[in-house]
Amino acid sequence: MIELQHVTKLYPASSRPALDDVSTEIDKGEFVFLIGSSGSGKSTFLRLLLKEDDPTTGTVTVNGKTLNTMSKWQVPKLRRTMGCVFQDFRLLRNRTVAQNVAFALEVINKPQRTIKRVVPEVLEMVGLEGKANRLPGELSGGEQQRVAIARAFVNRPLVLLADEPTGNLDPETSEGIMLLLERINRTGTTVIMATHDYHIVDSMRRRVIELNGGVIARDQSRGVYGVGR
Amino acid sequence: MRVNFVLSEVATGLRRNLTMTVAMILTTAISLGLMGTGLLIAGMISDMKEIYYDKVQVSIFLADDVTDEQRAAIEQQLADSSEVASYLYESKDEAYERFQQQFSQQPELVQNTPPDALPESFRVELVNPERYEVIAAEFPNGQNGVDQVRDEGDFLDRLFSLLNGARNATIAVAVVQALAALLLISNTIQLAAFNRRNETNIMRLVGASRWYTQLPFILEAALAGLIGALLAVGGLVLTKVLFVDKTLAGPIKAGIIPPVDWGAIAFISPIIAGAGVGLAAIAAYVTLRLYVRL
Ligand SMILES: Nc1ncnc2c1ncn2[C@@H]1O[C@H](COP(=O)(O)OP(=O)(O)OP(=O)(O)O)[C@@H](O)[C@H]1O
Ligand SMILES: [Mg+2]
Repeated sequence: MIELQHVTKLYPASSRPALDDVSTEIDKGEFVFLIGSSGSGKSTFLRLLLKEDDPTTGTVTVNGKTLNTMSKWQVPKLRRTMGCVFQDFRLLRNRTVAQNVAFALEVINKPQRTIKRVVPEVLEMVGLEGKANRLPGELSGGEQQRVAIARAFVNRPLVLLADEPTGNLDPETSEGIMLLLERINRTGTTVIMATHDYHIVDSMRRRVIELNGGVIARDQSRGVYGVGR
Repeated sequence: MRVNFVLSEVATGLRRNLTMTVAMILTTAISLGLMGTGLLIAGMISDMKEIYYDKVQVSIFLADDVTDEQRAAIEQQLADSSEVASYLYESKDEAYERFQQQFSQQPELVQNTPPDALPESFRVELVNPERYEVIAAEFPNGQNGVDQVRDEGDFLDRLFSLLNGARNATIAVAVVQALAALLLISNTIQLAAFNRRNETNIMRLVGASRWYTQLPFILEAALAGLIGALLAVGGLVLTKVLFVDKTLAGPIKAGIIPPVDWGAIAFISPIIAGAGVGLAAIAAYVTLRLYVRL
């Protein structure tokens, strides 16, 4: 469902490629950890899947569509099949929890009826049913990340991309977030998560792709964070 | 498209950059007002050309001591000439009457002018107005009862080149102002996009269409353009009522200057509005394309 073939990404004004001849395949329903030291190319990997950026050479395929040849106006359609979550939550501070989640549906023209139905559903799923009318500033970090996950998942994406979603959270809260991502994965959604958190990687024993200087150093099906940490 | 969403975004955007919005609206209004003025002057020039050029091209003023024979000879010569399309004789009385009418707003001038001060004349329309020299050569000044031959077209040409200059200057200033307005619009839109970057970033990531993301900004600019156009039209109306109709009432009544009628303002108002809205929207769209990642 996701395939990279000899993908190299060289940012302008940079001498070393952020990704260097990366080839890999990720199947539908997989849960994949993307690990590697800072600057190894994890975020770049995720950005290419979202077509936030184009590879310098090589092809990226998502859901059977080659992103390289995709025209600009088709990109929104691609992104509607993908959800994303970031370390810094990226919530709108002047909107309530429910409004933040609804926003993702409103701007892609979902009918108001559907929005009224699915927003409470997804808030219940992430465990925030009682806090729908709070502002982001009135929530803990873990709760804010749950809102972000609800927003990413509310349109039932085929793929969920998470870039260090637990980077700002304590281990206990992180565990709660991981349980949530696992639950989302069990609904058949592919989850790709970039992380530095070895506790999480080691305890979950899922597929691990390790990047090192833009090159895949390891691809292990029930992997651990690694000895060289 | 969720109309409510878009409209509330537009309102928020305009309110958030109030000073920029006001500056943008005012420059747009000034530019459009000048453009409208230029168009009105252009219309006035073509009205005036109709008033003047049609009537007279060459005047042959007769000497005070002209004899009946000389007058008849001149008339005969005009009737026979292949250069002359038509001619009109104007006696001293008729000349005085026309003078009285033209300067009815300046009674002192009329009172101080004795009725026989104005010469009698032949007013000649040429087949080809450019061939004034030929007629002038046929009637040498100061001979055979001719006092002076005058090319009225020459005077009118100078008058109209003055008016054309005024029109061009107005339009040139309008263009410079329009440039300033466009830059301001571009700036305001960049600022608005920066203010709303969180929203637009999320919209981009969840797959909102480009249109959906851009429309609030484009409408914001178009609305400012429309308000600017309305102010400009208001300015033109005030100029007509307070300046043209009052200060220039005399020459207009005398038929020297054509009036600015409501029809002309009604005609150019939609042009101004269209230009305001269109240019603002295009400026916003281009800005978003060039500077803003949506
Ligand atoms: N927009 C950009 N322009 C230029 N260079 C960039 C850009 N984004 C990333 N890079 C460079 O590309 C390389 C990989 O960056 P990337 O963000 O993918 O790393 P990462 O693995 O996500 O790191 P971290 O763990 O710190 O988030 C780095 O050397 C970085 O400096
Ligand atoms: Mg990163």
